[in-house]
Amino acid sequence: MYPLYMEESIRKVEASRGKRLKETLSRLTGEEKTPLLKKHHPDFIGESMRELLVGSNKGDRTPKEMADLLEGNSRINPDKIDLGKVDYDVDVLVIGCGGAGASAALLAQENGAKVLLVTKLRLGDANTVGAQAGIQAADRPNDSPIIHYLDTMGGGRFTNIPELVEALVKDAPSAIKWLETLGVNWDKEPDGSLHELSGGGASRRRLHSARDYTGLEEMRVLRDEIKCRQIDYIEFAPAVELILDDQGRVAGAILVDMEANELSLVRAKAVVMATGGMGRLHIQGFPTTNHYGATADGLVLAYRAGAEMIFIDTMQYHPTGVAYPTQILGQLVTEKVRTLGAQLANVDGEQFIMPLEPRDVVASAIIRECQESKKGIETPTGEVGVWLDSPMIDIIRGEGTIAGELPAMVRQFARFNIDIVKEPMLVYPTLHYQNGGIKIDTNGATTVPGLLAAGEVGGGVHGRNRLIGNSTLDLFVFGRRAGKAAAEYAKKVKPGSLTLDHVRQWQAELKKAGLADSRPISPLLLPNYARQPHDYLPDYTKPTLTVGQVKIA
Amino acid sequence: MVEKIKAKQVEEQVKMINIYIMGKHYQVPEGLTILTAMEYCGYRLIRGCGCRAGFCGACATVFNFKDDPQLRYDLACQKTVEPDMYLVQIPFFPAAKALYNLEEIEPDVEQILALYPDLVTCFGCNNCTKTCPQELEVMWFMSDALRGDIGEVATKSFDCVMCGLCAARCPQGLVPYNVALLCRRLYGRYLAPVSKHLEDRIAEIEAGKFDAELEKLEKMEKSKLQKLYDERDIEPAY
Repeated sequence: MYPLYMEESIRKVEASRGKRLKETLSRLTGEEKTPLLKKHHPDFIGESMRELLVGSNKGDRTPKEMADLLEGNSRINPDKIDLGKVDYDVDVLVIGCGGAGASAALLAQENGAKVLLVTKLRLGDANTVGAQAGIQAADRPNDSPIIHYLDTMGGGRFTNIPELVEALVKDAPSAIKWLETLGVNWDKEPDGSLHELSGGGASRRRLHSARDYTGLEEMRVLRDEIKCRQIDYIEFAPAVELILDDQGRVAGAILVDMEANELSLVRAKAVVMATGGMGRLHIQGFPTTNHYGATADGLVLAYRAGAEMIFIDTMQYHPTGVAYPTQILGQLVTEKVRTLGAQLANVDGEQFIMPLEPRDVVASAIIRECQESKKGIETPTGEVGVWLDSPMIDIIRGEGTIAGELPAMVRQFARFNIDIVKEPMLVYPTLHYQNGGIKIDTNGATTVPGLLAAGEVGGGVHGRNRLIGNSTLDLFVFGRRAGKAAAEYAKKVKPGSLTLDHVRQWQAELKKAGLADSRPISPLLLPNYARQPHDYLPDYTKPTLTVGQVKIA
Repeated sequence: MVEKIKAKQVEEQVKMINIYIMGKHYQVPEGLTILTAMEYCGYRLIRGCGCRAGFCGACATVFNFKDDPQLRYDLACQKTVEPDMYLVQIPFFPAAKALYNLEEIEPDVEQILALYPDLVTCFGCNNCTKTCPQELEVMWFMSDALRGDIGEVATKSFDCVMCGLCAARCPQGLVPYNVALLCRRLYGRYLAPVSKHLEDRIAEIEAGKFDAELEKLEKMEKSKLQKLYDERDIEPAY
């Protein structure tokens, strides 16, 4: 139920609906996009970022919240770790279990590796489960990998690494097939053809969905397959540092049991980093769609081990996060609402942007409409947003479409007595995705031997702006490639003796740069939302307390 | 962090309500979810918290009220706290899961019963349906499974977040969410109609049909690529 004053604005949205149904706004040209992005996209707010002072990306800019963690102090004291006491000895260690980690684990196992999968929360607790709209693959007759390539490059403002995009678009149909063979239920037409929808920045209908529970469906199946194949996994056991060997190759990791606060040591011939993104850092104070564990841990670990990062100065703000009700502020309103036909409208019920532009463009247009044009709608708690006119969907596509295609959205808003079949949703951009990450090649290899990366933690595939449906695709394309490559690498490599010298060197470098006392301990592991600080406990957030064992902040 | 600040803002404007966490009394501003109310009270969660958006099932919880002992069921990240709520956390619930190789099993009722033989002991108490925070017809899809109607199980159970509350409340120890998962996987693998256009495209890619054109685009300078992009034809969304 909306407050009365918001209902008044909704009446205007309803009044303009007939006119808007006939109104098609044209897409912006490259020249029109640039000033909109520069003026209104959060990436372009200069003071939100700073240069990194240490590490392989020294001099590169990244959001301050991320910079602090990348330059953070280690949670361990290398002098207190006995590297002779190995708890797990495996071929391939996969860190993180969303779609990318699960795919990597399955493919590594299929290719003969002994695999250990470790994850910070439960198996499958990752942004993957929250992916609603779908996954891109150019498999309809009027589509092709060529067109998918062009759409992806254009969406990324032509900064994407071409060979990664080639791998993405060429593997896409077989990724869909692979998931179906594992038992994923795709939305289909009665004749078996895949039910595919359009998406922001896509010039063909190529989004494959499973209602609006697409990521959940993918993750349920992958998690089950891992259990059925009896691949070893440990939950609530994040990695807090990578281990190298005497030849500079990644050779394992140190894990912490978050409940027992106990360290364990994994020796592995190859490590696949699949820890996802950073939404819970709340860059620039934005709320986020991301899951509880999205704290950039993998980036921190890889950076400390010497891996190079790419595009870490660009985040994706999903255009349509919930602005009202407050209980679900910042949570995702899937782009599928727009692909099905809903337009965006301001306080007066006017359209202000073609709703299927790429996400950076739509998000910037919403911010402009609210901040500069002052045509947003303010909520009782001081948030601001614009209308996403969901009732249009049933008018365009027939009654029952919303209920059938968007059950998660209907359910989520119904809890607050808002019927999205009859009333629009109030939305504002929300922190959604890390466009860049650890630089990878087409097999997920990073700049550090023995370390591979896949999924959101990796960078280069999406350039400076990812398209809808290319992230879940990235998980399965590069997760599978990295898993296979890791298993093959593990067969060949002869590991040297283990060392944590890189952590010692890192701490020395921090000290030399004068940062050791001013930087937090990282990886963060979990955000701190507890309102009351636990005063009777040691304050582990103070970097001077690094001596000792592990710090679970 | 953001959610914390919000809670503070709310505190100034909104009245405080009484809640009880694991039996202990706290006051929180009205309008929080069960999850954020616990954090407001100082809980730092490790278990029982996942996507925070209603999709992962990690925060499935039960609650009742000071003067009303009847248990209710919901997701802590989605349910708003109400006055006099008694809240708990269910960090983990043990439940059986059959192991199988999907390539070696058949999509029929014998197979389902071979993997989950206790299915026949369901006596229709409907507790599973009553507990489901997604309001799925759990008992009905269990009876569909018992009849081997795999497609019906897949449809009715599709929105399952696998939170496990149904299994926690089943007096027979059945695990509806795992039975449903088996059925959905069988449906996707064996019963869903095949997509010919997908098979065709995979064959074309494997035959190298697009390689030359892709290579050309990869080598193209940015301005030309931008022009191709700006001029590409766009299929209507509907």
